[in-house]
Amino acid sequence: MTSTPHAADGPADAAVRSMPDLDTVERAARTPDTAQPFAELGLKDDEYASIRDILGRRPTTAELAMYSVMWSEHCSYKSSKVHLRRFGDLPKSDALLVGMGENAGVVDVGEGYAVTFKVESHNHPSYVEPYQGAATGVGGIVRDILTMGARPIAVMDSLRFGAADAPDTARVLPGVVAGVGGYGNCLGLPNIGGELLFDETYAGNPLVNALCVGVLRHEELQLAKAEGVGNKVVLFGARTGGDGIGGVSVLASETFDAEGPAKRPAVQVGDPFTEKLLIEACLEIFAAGLVTGIQDLGGAGISCATSELAAAGSGGMAIDLDAVPLRDSTLTPAEILMSESQERMCAIVEPGKVEAFLAVCAKWDVLATVIGEVTDGERLTIDWHGERIVDVPPRTVALEGPRYERPMARPADLDALQADAPPSSSTDLRADWLAIVSSPDGADKSWVTEQYDRYVRGNTVLAQPEDSGVLRIDESSNLGIALSLDGNARFARLDPYTGAQLNLAEAYRNVAVSGAKPLAVTNCLNFGSPENPEVMWQFAEAVRGLADGCRELGLPVTGGNVSLYNQTGDVAINPTPVIGVLGVHADVTRRVPTGWRAAEESVLLLGESRAEFGGSAWAAVVHGHLGGLPPRLDLVAERSLGELLAGLSADGLVSSAHDLADGGLAQALTESALRYGTGARLSVPGDPTAALFGESVARVVVTTTDPAAVRAAAEAAGVPVTELGTTGGDALVLDGLLELPLDELRAAWTATLPALFGSPEVAVGTVPVGTVPTS
Amino acid sequence: MRIGVITFPGSLDDVDAARAVRLAGAEPVALWHGDHDLKDVDAVVLPGGFSYGDYLRAGAIAARSPLMADVVAAAHGGLPVLGICNGFQVLCEAGLLPGALTRNSHLHFRNRDQGLLVERADTAWTTSFQQGQQIVVPVKNGEGRYVAADADLDRLEGEGRVVVRYVGGNPNGSSRDIAGVTSADGRVVGLMPHPEHAVEALTGPSVDGLGFFTSVLTAMVAA
Repeated sequence: MTSTPHAADGPADAAVRSMPDLDTVERAARTPDTAQPFAELGLKDDEYASIRDILGRRPTTAELAMYSVMWSEHCSYKSSKVHLRRFGDLPKSDALLVGMGENAGVVDVGEGYAVTFKVESHNHPSYVEPYQGAATGVGGIVRDILTMGARPIAVMDSLRFGAADAPDTARVLPGVVAGVGGYGNCLGLPNIGGELLFDETYAGNPLVNALCVGVLRHEELQLAKAEGVGNKVVLFGARTGGDGIGGVSVLASETFDAEGPAKRPAVQVGDPFTEKLLIEACLEIFAAGLVTGIQDLGGAGISCATSELAAAGSGGMAIDLDAVPLRDSTLTPAEILMSESQERMCAIVEPGKVEAFLAVCAKWDVLATVIGEVTDGERLTIDWHGERIVDVPPRTVALEGPRYERPMARPADLDALQADAPPSSSTDLRADWLAIVSSPDGADKSWVTEQYDRYVRGNTVLAQPEDSGVLRIDESSNLGIALSLDGNARFARLDPYTGAQLNLAEAYRNVAVSGAKPLAVTNCLNFGSPENPEVMWQFAEAVRGLADGCRELGLPVTGGNVSLYNQTGDVAINPTPVIGVLGVHADVTRRVPTGWRAAEESVLLLGESRAEFGGSAWAAVVHGHLGGLPPRLDLVAERSLGELLAGLSADGLVSSAHDLADGGLAQALTESALRYGTGARLSVPGDPTAALFGESVARVVVTTTDPAAVRAAAEAAGVPVTELGTTGGDALVLDGLLELPLDELRAAWTATLPALFGSPEVAVGTVPVGTVPTS
Repeated sequence: MRIGVITFPGSLDDVDAARAVRLAGAEPVALWHGDHDLKDVDAVVLPGGFSYGDYLRAGAIAARSPLMADVVAAAHGGLPVLGICNGFQVLCEAGLLPGALTRNSHLHFRNRDQGLLVERADTAWTTSFQQGQQIVVPVKNGEGRYVAADADLDRLEGEGRVVVRYVGGNPNGSSRDIAGVTSADGRVVGLMPHPEHAVEALTGPSVDGLGFFTSVLTAMVAA
């Protein structure tokens, strides 16, 4: 199961004779004029020139491979870094134990526990190979969380596809969903929530953003750095194969060309069983204190792990590439360095602990191999068959990549778009209501979420279709967390600065609705090509908005991910900043669900409603319209509302709470009523179109048996309250406006996705009710 | 009362099964697939998951692990054994229960809160229920479709060895809505649904699942 580094067979000159084409450091110095395929590897002319400057010679083939993947947009953040600085400039938060720059941020949630969470894109691979692209997206983010020393405890997925009825969506969506489920289910991680949305701009560019959250004790934190001269570099997990070679540079960093060749070989293939073993082995290794540093192998594989570990440490590193266990013995050294084979990790281990490390790996049937050691130089060297093929300063590979201040320009069409106000009056409220809740964005998502295990590990308190996923962290104290992912791209298209903040506000509200206290923010910023100044402007505005919003709400950004080049030909996706908010529940038994269980409860609307239809689901679904301005942002109101909800939850004053977002009150009432099959008789004040379909923010619907107490608390918090009516019956009745029997509403809401993507054999019914103690 | 929970490589619901054992009032004992050691437990649970990644056939490789030889021998001696989901698959592959679990008829993994009808309330794992009782327990599987030859199904039904059946919809296309079966002596039970996920009101759709774990305590006292 294990091996140690070995010298090449025979004298070095014999090895060179057997590999006449091996491009060694010595040869590169001798042959400066050899033409190199840097453009094919995604490097621009000036980037190649700067590599030659750094090395004082041309790079070897292997070095060129390393720089090309590490300097790709995906790994280097070369277009986004100058903007992302804004997150680092936010005021320090006491809750933040580890901030941006590590694999994932780490947040103190109390009682000695810390939580690490991060969302990452796997958009391009999921378009090329939906199942494997999505599966390895989950696998990659899970390893990021594991690398921090945490046990991964749940995943979420935020998905966007082209028009729901487009033929290519039928190709991509089922595979993506099966891939997210197939990998996460087999790892034993509950999927506790996410998003599923459709828009034509994602045709040819689906978004697959996966989040993982993990938990650790403060003292269990691990960092990705190579310290201690003489310490061993151990590669463990799967063997290295030919899959995913150049994935980051080829797929993630270039725009798809409709005429281009098939790019299948650049997508990795996942093996969740191996990853499950890797998780258990790592946690046992961490618990026994057997590593001084650890890094997962994701994009850019061994190139990334070795250069990042060495760059973060104080010395150098020497790697013997011959020791790397291979699936395919014909791989060239450059291919081994670039391979993105999944389920691999790299650890720095003191020599005296190597034996114990290997023993844990053997127990879990995990292959582990010493491939090198930490050196006292400042170089990362890599040998192959006894010849030096890489000799570079690791910081220049991992940290000092190119950085661009790309030109930016406000989109030329934005003024016209914002001036194009949406309609504001419905001619048929009932028909519009049914159209919204049966639209692919508004419809029941059970077709997707039933493919995900939400129960495993036994700590899932709330999961989809709730507003946020809620997990118990500690069984004795009932400490818990809540998480939500939100990214309304229509708002961001109309105004990326406000749109990013509205998404932050929605995720914040979704966490607050469950009764949790929002604590920290992560993000996945999906945009078109940074080489398009209008896209770059959208990106910069969204980052500025998110940073300003976080400052206002007093939340740190713990990390995130940028996905650029999401466009096909000249058509960029709508700017899609997906924002994740983490909250903490001091007592998770106080969580508030979205559904109405009981009759005769008062239904109250908290917050202020205005006639705001810009970017609304109603404008999109009923009128095919996108224009005007997004709803007015009010973070002060969001904060007051969040604090009010936390208090109502702690005092046990509300039995349900549901955030109003896409589809406004109509969508929220539909979901709350259908959850357990409880109707309501309500009346809404003011203009009915605005009341039912407007998307004013900072609003929540709650139910309570004590409306006077809720009203008093709301008034004390400065939150407007509107009494809407009472739960009960088998219909949603809006006095003087419309009546919707729940059976009809359920039929409309549940039929859409099965009709599009294949019918389940059993109709989805009301959740069956078993024996639940009343205490 | 000590109840063993086996961990195979790829077991996932072992922590859940151990919690259910604890909440039922017994002591959970971790058992490792590679040991020949049942640690003198009074009953054994094979938990859900994807042992060996479901490679070859779900449960096929785990059924050949060292500890399973001990489980088979002890089961023949009357040791109560409960296989849940992947554990049920392992028990079928190990020959302790008849039939096989195959790919769901609709080809999707499916997780939902599922109604079940308890048809046998006298096995080692079901005495806490009433015959004919309806309960709700989560189901979650990709290869949960119970199949056997018609003659075998007739015989199983004739002998009263169907322990639970799906009601309110069959989630995976199982023959005759079968969700769980038992051995001839009623000591070994295999269930596709997951009772260990319905043991706390906070996290489950019900607490109906707890009955399977409290039943075996009664069975052990009676034995």
